Amino acid sequence: MDAVLELIQISKHFGAQRSVDRVSLQIQRGEFFSLLGPSGCGKTTTLRMVAGFEEPTSGEIRLNGQSIQHLKPYQRNVSTVFQNYALFPHLTVQQNIEFGLRRTGAADIAKRVREMLELVQLTGKESRLPTQISGGEKQRVALARSLVMAPDVLLLDEPLSALDPNLRKQLRGELKSLQRRVGITFLFVTHDKEEALSLSDRIGLMHKGVLEQVGTPEDIYLRPRTRFVASFLGAMNWFGPVGVRPEAVRISNETAANGVVQQSTFLGNCVQIGALLDDGRSILAETSRLAGSLAPGQRAHFWWHPADELTFE
Amino acid sequence: MNRLRMSRLRTWFLAPAWAITLVLFLAPLGIVLVYSALTRGAYGGFSEPWTLESYTRLMDSLYLVILLRSFWIAAASTVGCLLLGFPLALFIARSGRRKNLYLSLVILPFWTSFLVRTYAWMFLLRDTGLINATLQKLGLIHDPLPLLYNDGAVIIGLVYSYLPFMVLPLYATLERLDKSLLEAAADLGARPWQAMWRVVVPLCAPGIRAGSVLVFIPCLGAYLTPDLLGGGKSVMVGNLIQNQFTSARDWPFGSALSLVLMGIVMALLFGLLRRDSEGGLL
Repeated sequence: MDAVLELIQISKHFGAQRSVDRVSLQIQRGEFFSLLGPSGCGKTTTLRMVAGFEEPTSGEIRLNGQSIQHLKPYQRNVSTVFQNYALFPHLTVQQNIEFGLRRTGAADIAKRVREMLELVQLTGKESRLPTQISGGEKQRVALARSLVMAPDVLLLDEPLSALDPNLRKQLRGELKSLQRRVGITFLFVTHDKEEALSLSDRIGLMHKGVLEQVGTPEDIYLRPRTRFVASFLGAMNWFGPVGVRPEAVRISNETAANGVVQQSTFLGNCVQIGALLDDGRSILAETSRLAGSLAPGQRAHFWWHPADELTFE
Repeated sequence: MNRLRMSRLRTWFLAPAWAITLVLFLAPLGIVLVYSALTRGAYGGFSEPWTLESYTRLMDSLYLVILLRSFWIAAASTVGCLLLGFPLALFIARSGRRKNLYLSLVILPFWTSFLVRTYAWMFLLRDTGLINATLQKLGLIHDPLPLLYNDGAVIIGLVYSYLPFMVLPLYATLERLDKSLLEAAADLGARPWQAMWRVVVPLCAPGIRAGSVLVFIPCLGAYLTPDLLGGGKSVMVGNLIQNQFTSARDWPFGSALSLVLMGIVMALLFGLLRRDSEGGLL
């Protein structure tokens, strides 16, 4: 295994508050890794510690095996795409992308910038100012500005959250294919589970400063280790220590009915049924194929395979 | 409400503003303009005939030197205010909850008389003043340094007096500066001073321009500071004008000087405003 970035027991305390609590993590070279969690869970603080904007209260951060937690941001070969992009408003698209390169004294600045403009499809917009381009284009300038530095890890702080939903979905696809093409390790922070599930090779799910689970999207969705992980990634029916996802609940009319439909909501790709079981428990089911209609008040049989049960202690 | 009544109401509401402009600005200006085109009276004041002699006299090298010195002193004072004011404004903008305390400290000197504060500088700078006495006591110098009654003393006095006018507009632009831009600069490898030079200073340009105008213009017309700290050796155009209305008793020439100075300042301002078309100034 070739870990490009290692977090070893890093913590960040703001006063009495433990924003990040002993997080350990290894990110492989070329991986698309997402830190997922609700706002305030510590994911952005973790990212900012890797970037060098916050110093860990304790713990170690290693980049290519070297400790970097005491280095200044300008001494670390990582680069950040900010949530608001933080483009320099007084510089053109071209000057924004050149900003970091000019510091390195690279000889082939013009060529590298041109290639980068092509890669993010901004050729022709070089001389525009940030105020003269769209939100999606701003995001691509921010990406290009960081990627052109060839960082060991690209840090992305909710880079899609400022865009409208349709554009967000489109750019999500572009981001993934861009990462594949450039082969740079991405550390992606988001609170959007769909984004994380669709983009990532692996996901680290954070809650209240603690890294709850790390795994592939299938892993954490199908085999959540904690109740929090299970509920954060999707709706759950809770029956004591047992949880069942709504899409695992089957509805049939063949056998004896054990519940009554309370409401039925059409969601496009599925129908969501809320029902009250005869034993007093309520249940949520999502089904795409409907045997007849299930109107409120109608009785039906609700069941699931034991294999779809998630058990927590 | 119909249009006619609206416009009539508008006229009435604007009337006080027009009256003030007329009585306090345009009328005195007209009087000065008239004076400048007349001949000096024997005991001050003015008399006929009408002439432009006051304006042609301005071309005399004696007066041009004073005008040039005024520009140099005002420019040097502006640069001085900028060099001191920028770090100060940056410090205040970054001091979190103490911002308001520091800002009130910047404004605090306005609570005492300008005259008294300028006198205080005389006590500091003169041969037997605090600075020279201390340096002599420490054995660092033998003879007192010539700190008072020269251009340097005037510049020090002006920088001291007008520093707040530079700090406040600079503070206003620095305070609005998005912090993530500084993080982005550092992230892209810029050391703090490089980030300062390539990001903070360019984005502060409107504040720098506004502050420079606010300092340069009063410095150009200053007369109390050069009078007290320049001691007659470092005469500025303000002293020259004052002199024409008092001991020289040449009102027309004093008026002409005032108008020319005003013309130059306005030309400079318009030039600056045109460059600053996005309205960053003030």
